Amino acid sequence: MADFYTNDAMVDMFLFETTQLLEQLEQVILISDSDYCYSEETINEIFRIMHTIKGSSAMMMYDEISDLAHTIEDLFFYLRQEKPKHYNCSSLNDIILDTIDFVKLELEKIRNNDPVDGKATVLKERLRNFLDELKNSADMQSINIFKAVVYYEDGCEMENIRAFGLVHNLEKFANEIVYFPQDIMDNDSTIEIIRNEGFQIYLKTYKSQEEIYDFLMKTIFLKDLELTRIDEEIYEKVSAGNKDLSGRLNDNLFINDINDDINGESINSNKINSDKINSNNNAGNFEKSNNNTSNPDNVNIFNNFNNQKDPDRLKQKDEKLSDSHTILATQNIISVSVAKLDKLMDLVGEMVIAEAMVLQNPDLEGLELSNFHKAARQLSKITSEIQDMVMSVRMVPLSATFHRMNRIVRDMCRKLNKEVTLEIIGEETEVDKNIIEHITDPLMHLVRNAVDHGIESAEERQILGKPLKGKLTLEAKSISSDVHIIVKDDGRGLDKEKILKKAREKNLLTMNDQDMSDSDIYKLILLPGFSTRDDITEFSGRGVGMDVVMKNIDDIGGSILIESEKNKGTQITLKIPLTLAIIDGMNLQVGKSTYTIPTISIKESFKAKEQDIIVDPDGNEMIMVRGQCYPVLRLHKLFKVKTDITELTDGIITMVSQDDKYICIFSDRLLGQQQVVVKTLPEYIKRFMKLKGISGCTLLGDGSISLILDIAGLVNSNK
Amino acid sequence: MDELQLNMAEEDTQKGRYLIFFIDKESYGIEIKYVTEIIGIQPITSVPEMPDYIKGIINLRGKIIPVIDVRIRFNKESREYGDRSCIIVVDIRDMSVGLIVDSVSEVVTINDEDIADLPIMNKESQNHFVKNIGKVGNEVRLLLDCHKLLTDEDFDSLAVL
Repeated sequence: MADFYTNDAMVDMFLFETTQLLEQLEQVILISDSDYCYSEETINEIFRIMHTIKGSSAMMMYDEISDLAHTIEDLFFYLRQEKPKHYNCSSLNDIILDTIDFVKLELEKIRNNDPVDGKATVLKERLRNFLDELKNSADMQSINIFKAVVYYEDGCEMENIRAFGLVHNLEKFANEIVYFPQDIMDNDSTIEIIRNEGFQIYLKTYKSQEEIYDFLMKTIFLKDLELTRIDEEIYEKVSAGNKDLSGRLNDNLFINDINDDINGESINSNKINSDKINSNNNAGNFEKSNNNTSNPDNVNIFNNFNNQKDPDRLKQKDEKLSDSHTILATQNIISVSVAKLDKLMDLVGEMVIAEAMVLQNPDLEGLELSNFHKAARQLSKITSEIQDMVMSVRMVPLSATFHRMNRIVRDMCRKLNKEVTLEIIGEETEVDKNIIEHITDPLMHLVRNAVDHGIESAEERQILGKPLKGKLTLEAKSISSDVHIIVKDDGRGLDKEKILKKAREKNLLTMNDQDMSDSDIYKLILLPGFSTRDDITEFSGRGVGMDVVMKNIDDIGGSILIESEKNKGTQITLKIPLTLAIIDGMNLQVGKSTYTIPTISIKESFKAKEQDIIVDPDGNEMIMVRGQCYPVLRLHKLFKVKTDITELTDGIITMVSQDDKYICIFSDRLLGQQQVVVKTLPEYIKRFMKLKGISGCTLLGDGSISLILDIAGLVNSNK
Repeated sequence: MDELQLNMAEEDTQKGRYLIFFIDKESYGIEIKYVTEIIGIQPITSVPEMPDYIKGIINLRGKIIPVIDVRIRFNKESREYGDRSCIIVVDIRDMSVGLIVDSVSEVVTINDEDIADLPIMNKESQNHFVKNIGKVGNEVRLLLDCHKLLTDEDFDSLAVL
């Protein structure tokens, strides 16, 4: 299909844009999912998105996607134009979400250079059926379009202002109003026109003809009224040429004054000649209206988005929408490939090193250079600011990830027939881009688990006296240099007995169960192959979920905390570092090599005393600190580095901890603490790495490389 | 389309061109298209638990790349690096790797007709780094297979990753 004339940059751009649009679309849909119907804004938004997707995929010659987008566009075009009042919003949502999935799948194929061969025939069929149904039902409940001609009693005066008041009152139940003559407020000569030809109103409304008639009949000083139902086409013609005039009539103060004025007068509408009211379509009237309205200056269009109808509800909706807009907007601001950012960061890192090389140049030693030092300080300040800036550029809010969970919860609720509300707190929390990639999958697993295993069915909840609707809370907050992501449900909680039983069956127990604390037991569910679920469902139960979570979180140096209470719910906290890219590190020296320990895991550093050192018969060394015994890990032995310092009392001991496990690392000496830019080891090296103990490397001020110790790996391998 | 032609032109100028380097008295050639640059010996940070021919990692302008001592890779005695020792940085399958060699001599063009297959030897396994033999004038250059240089057979399966 799109094999010719495409180049990668274009495909990339297409993929990027379309993915972003789909995400926007998904969010918009999910927001309106909780409402009964789409708001006008939502429809326009969806229409716009679909239009863009259609255009760009047609350009890239992905015909199936563009065709599908076109079908949706058709549907929303109808929704936009006809504004049907009653339609099944949630089934429409289903179709649209399925469409999104389809397009996403196709995009994935494009990304992988697979043939783009998906057929959306079924989806298109569904969409068309939906549209057909909509059109059929529309005949019964569709918008009515009326033309009304109002004649005032002779000598009632101020016909123009009365007419304006009438229009204002009609707005309450009209979707759109066009009237003639148009400049009634500014032009007193319109009085004459109204007197002679009547005041013509074209309006779209859900109200029936009788209702409108009744309303119009209440107009004071009404002499005569003609009310006719007209066709869409004619209305279109009336309003189409006049869009530019829309919104001119917004002088609310004026309107209120008129209202007061009119309300004060007595109602006098008895003289009406009801015979003149035409309920049939009147061809003669059409033509007249056409003639009248061909001149755009004479007609004013009033678009009314039902704003006055129910201000509170709409306000809420608006807030929600604007909320989502801000989120989307922030995403729109930046679109730089991460590779470029990485490159930029490398360069900044190098600049910092180059700066150190200049400022600490041995040639400068012993020279008195006050001007140079002044300039140097300025330089240092700027470089550190640049460094901070580059770091902050890589930070992205969690909102997109969190909102993706909306979709999962919704889909699962549908399938499992549960009702769950998802509450999102602290979505604005920012973390490094790399981290986001690592936590999306774990979060998805946790959310699925919570909905599937955690939250009970409505009947069960009723028996337990809980609210029928389950509640799932997704929360993010920054605590020092960590981000805590909390997934909390109010479900049945973890069953300790069941976990222990399962663990025993599968031989996963390493300790005596009496010795295990609650959190030890809960941690069992993180082991590979563990599932308390007896049957396998579509969503979970294969026992591959939680260990993936564990692994992913481990990879980024995070940890998992599980708390649970029977029948109250479960809370799983992911503690993850704010950024992978920069950490506070303590540099240690062993022989000629330098190693870096993340400062966060260091408890203390001290010189060992002879009497505190214990060696067991197997030769394992331990050290006694305040009555507690900790294992000693000699770095020079572990990494086979030559060093002169081999006596524990000569070097320095650094106690580190991870997950409440402690070890004492022995090195020659401490070099000091600094912020280090973490770099991953080359792929090639990683391939040979059998040892868990090094998580990456970093560049020191003099351009040399220091290896970063993986404390979690060291602690666990030393067990 | 221009870009494509440009690429092809570039490819053409690189085709048949080899960077010649020395280990002891033997001269070897690697295809120039793999070579990104040649740098002097840098301070090398050793990484624990590596095969002995992987000397460690170096910092190449902010980029961390592994370095391989080709002498040790060829099962020769290691020796101190001198002034003439170089690191040839090659880019293979999107991985940058530094190759430590005794010295670098020149870039030569070897036409296809001057490239001969290896004579079949008994101890075939010892020669698996050498792909072909190229003739330059009266001299012979051993043309290396860069992929094999980096990967042991044991790691071939992993290398697919």
